[in-house]
Amino acid sequence: MTQWQGQLIKIDDYRWKIPENYKTGMRVPGLIYASEEMLESLREEQALEQVANVAFLPGIVGYSFAMPDIHWGYGFPIGGVAAMDIKNGVISPGGVGYDINCGVRLLRTNLSEAEVRPKINQLIDALFHNIPSGLGSEGKIKTSQKEMNQLMVEGARWAVKRGLGLEEDLDVTEEGGCLTGADPSKISDKAIKRGMPQAGTLGSGNHFLEIQVVKEIFDPHIASIMDITEIGQILVLIHTGSRGFGHQICTDHLRVMEQAVSKYGIKLPDRQLACAPIESKEGKDYLAAMACAANYAWVNRQCIAHWVRESFSGIFGRSPEKLGMRQIYDVAHNIAKIEEHAINGRKVRVCVHRKGATRAFPAGHKDTSKRYKEVGQPVLVPGDMGRCSFVAVGTEKAMKESFGSTCHGAGRVLSRGSARRAVRGADIIRELESRGIVVKADSVSALAEEAPQAYKDVTQVMDVVHQAGISRKVAMAVPMGVIKG
Amino acid sequence: MKRTFKIIDHTADVGIIAYGTDIEQLFCNAALALFSLITELESIQEKSHLNLRVSSDERDSLLVEWLNELIYFFDAKHMLFNRFDIESLTQNELKATCHGEDFDPMKHKIKRGVKAATYHMLRLDNNNDGYEAQIILDI
Repeated sequence: MTQWQGQLIKIDDYRWKIPENYKTGMRVPGLIYASEEMLESLREEQALEQVANVAFLPGIVGYSFAMPDIHWGYGFPIGGVAAMDIKNGVISPGGVGYDINCGVRLLRTNLSEAEVRPKINQLIDALFHNIPSGLGSEGKIKTSQKEMNQLMVEGARWAVKRGLGLEEDLDVTEEGGCLTGADPSKISDKAIKRGMPQAGTLGSGNHFLEIQVVKEIFDPHIASIMDITEIGQILVLIHTGSRGFGHQICTDHLRVMEQAVSKYGIKLPDRQLACAPIESKEGKDYLAAMACAANYAWVNRQCIAHWVRESFSGIFGRSPEKLGMRQIYDVAHNIAKIEEHAINGRKVRVCVHRKGATRAFPAGHKDTSKRYKEVGQPVLVPGDMGRCSFVAVGTEKAMKESFGSTCHGAGRVLSRGSARRAVRGADIIRELESRGIVVKADSVSALAEEAPQAYKDVTQVMDVVHQAGISRKVAMAVPMGVIKG
Repeated sequence: MKRTFKIIDHTADVGIIAYGTDIEQLFCNAALALFSLITELESIQEKSHLNLRVSSDERDSLLVEWLNELIYFFDAKHMLFNRFDIESLTQNELKATCHGEDFDPMKHKIKRGVKAATYHMLRLDNNNDGYEAQIILDI
């Protein structure tokens, strides 16, 4: 792979700019959050070129952003953020990704490492049994077409109404677990056929479920509001999205957008950036379909969280309430949202594309959950299965600078092929086991592609966003048990 | 040996390079490459078939549509294929019969899921050696 030779101008230790004149057609500059050490590996692939390409999109305001976990995607980079003015801007399904509302949900418990460690194998087996994962797995949620339509419109509440979770879970889910504007009439029969059997499944690829141990608390006050109070406390992290339902919706609408590009005379440097004006029929149809997929993903994480609670309850012989299994938060990291932001002192409605990026709203923001009003919206940043994950909060700085956005994870450094050549799945299981991490995977060979060494060190990623001020670290946890699809 | 396809690296995803002495063979080889990423081709037996018709505006996007159609039948109907007869192929329409069987977890080891075929870095060339195409898949 050729090195990216473009120009990067240093703003400060954590911010770098791709000037607007780097490529003719860029409407705004690129802004990269990274440390100097990260730049070399960033230049080894074409992710920075993609940051410049996104800057071509009509209506883009501010910057084309890249978070420190950025890596090479298709069209948009993964770890990219772009806000488009809704009056003259575009919506691009590639700026959301195939896995619409892929995201993470974090549960806390009253349990300690000492209580869970002796039962970790049993617990992982129970979770593996109760939560369908892997390819071809079918969910325990059986829906009729009518119920599927309700699910798409209601989001996580649909599951809560059926006893799969608590009302208070919705209060600590981004958008309350329901994006408005969902319209099932914009969904193809194919998406329904892929989606119906897969509701309530973890899926494959980089999706996982992790039992974690709190190792460090950086901000005890904010942590206490999240009910993270002790080193050694057990947390559960769920990472999944909208499964084949979202993938099909993206595929279907990209096809429409391909035609919209010529219809509206939009010039693009990469076909995968296909888009349409936000206010056009094509744009509105996609947003209505995307909302259906986002709501499906929230149902998915809601159901899985419920079965996590049931599994813990079965193993420890206590109710989920007694075990203190409250939800800390649920965030989307592949989504486009219509939000209001201040640009040069003026309030503007924009469509913020976050592809592999997390919303990071500050304390006091109207959309920050009541429980977190005084401290800022929780931001959940999973690392790879051998290192650690972080809990952070959004900041005023993120609101002013990055359209209330921050990083979403570690970001890949090795391609799937390179990871497979470097390590074997079975060796990873043994290696992690020797460090006290139990791993159970549907496909052991696919595990190699998700090896810890395939990812950047999430600690470095978090340091950049913390130092840059676009989120604030609250706590760090390490894995003890992992389920991979 | 005649080239059929090869798998290439892409950071978060995987790419296919498919070859063909003619365009029909190229479409068959791209489909084989796709199923080779999902499972071992040798483990698929020809037990049933599926007739498919795919259309698009251009030939390269037809290739993307073709692979997306196959991904759909795997993901929604759990069907695996290892042989393809192209009955007709124009600039914007493809008719094919796909041979294979239903996914059986006892028999087929699933290597990885494929979300979709993308337009990213899509290329379909014709030179003296025949046809060559590149497609990046989202994994």
